[in-house]
Amino acid sequence: MHEMSIALSIVETLEAKAREEGAGRISGIDLVIGKLAGIEPESLKFCFSAAAKGTLVEEAVLVIEEPEGLGECGECGRKFPVSFYYAECPGCRSLRVKIVSGEEFLIQSITIEDQEGE
Amino acid sequence: MCDTCGCSSEGGAVLRKPGLNDYHVHISESGHTHEHTHEHGHHHQGKSRTLVLEQDVLHKNNLLAERNRGYFEARNIFVLNFLSSPGSGKTSFLEKIIPALQHLVPVAVIEGDQQTTNDAERIQALGVPVIQINTGSGCHLDALMVNSAFKELELQNNSLLCIENVGNLVCPAMFDLGEALKVVIISVTEGDDKPLKYPNMFHEADLCILNKIDLLPFVDFDAGKCRENAMRVNHHLEWFEVSAKTGEGLDVWQEWIKNKLKQH
Repeated sequence: MHEMSIALSIVETLEAKAREEGAGRISGIDLVIGKLAGIEPESLKFCFSAAAKGTLVEEAVLVIEEPEGLGECGECGRKFPVSFYYAECPGCRSLRVKIVSGEEFLIQSITIEDQEGE
Repeated sequence: MCDTCGCSSEGGAVLRKPGLNDYHVHISESGHTHEHTHEHGHHHQGKSRTLVLEQDVLHKNNLLAERNRGYFEARNIFVLNFLSSPGSGKTSFLEKIIPALQHLVPVAVIEGDQQTTNDAERIQALGVPVIQINTGSGCHLDALMVNSAFKELELQNNSLLCIENVGNLVCPAMFDLGEALKVVIISVTEGDDKPLKYPNMFHEADLCILNKIDLLPFVDFDAGKCRENAMRVNHHLEWFEVSAKTGEGLDVWQEWIKNKLKQH
């Protein structure tokens, strides 16, 4: 369950960012979690709601984009979609496949609500 | 809040030393305050704007891991991160190799477990510096825990530091600690398809040690097949077959580590 510690670290990072920006709260978070990143998006969402309680990100809507894995064959150079690390090149059957994308795990952007003078 | 499990701070990671019951250090970032704001329940309709961050979620851990790595490099400390399921024989392996390496290079150990100093006590019996990280409900070590732990160990220059991670084939794969190499241990009492079931770990590892090969005649475990599975996930993986109990195969691994220490 590393998703919990990750959720807490996202909340902590974004709270600091919100304060830095003088924001009242964060209303939206866009995450990019590659299919090969080793993160379960559903589990992260679940943990996030617990981690965000009582913080400036409590009401933020979490949108997760999940790019597919992409492999590149070390023999013939062909690029093709992969869903596992043990991919085989569909062209030459080589197992020398390098993962070129799908391992991303990024906070892409956030939407912040500026505080109005009270 | 504990940064690992969300429980109260008493549940956070703690450093312990075997035999020193009073020694107890809570791991926390200096100056880290977990301020929680409890503003009134409604929100004023202000302006909203979007900020593009493109920030790696594990950024903080990775930065600290690089700091650890820089410290280790400057002092020429070769660091191995040992990973496996619980019960694959990480501690038994260390108990066997440390006495053989001790006369070549100073060795120190960081032990990671949810609870107890049992493993640290076993290592301490070998006469090497050791510290235990108890992660509480945490399922992996992170760079901050290791950073706090090695400050409490008197590490020597030109030495070997073995970090035994929490027994878990999933979460520890994601957290860089600043090690030189990741070593995954698997034992013949597990399934030979484990590399396919837990590909992230085998993909991240630099070498794989198959342990308990003295039990091969008694179990349905195909070592060749396991190796093949591991290589499918990671074709750069170096492969060793040993028995920490009988010592079989350990000479090959010791040769390997001696060469590594020379190159390092």
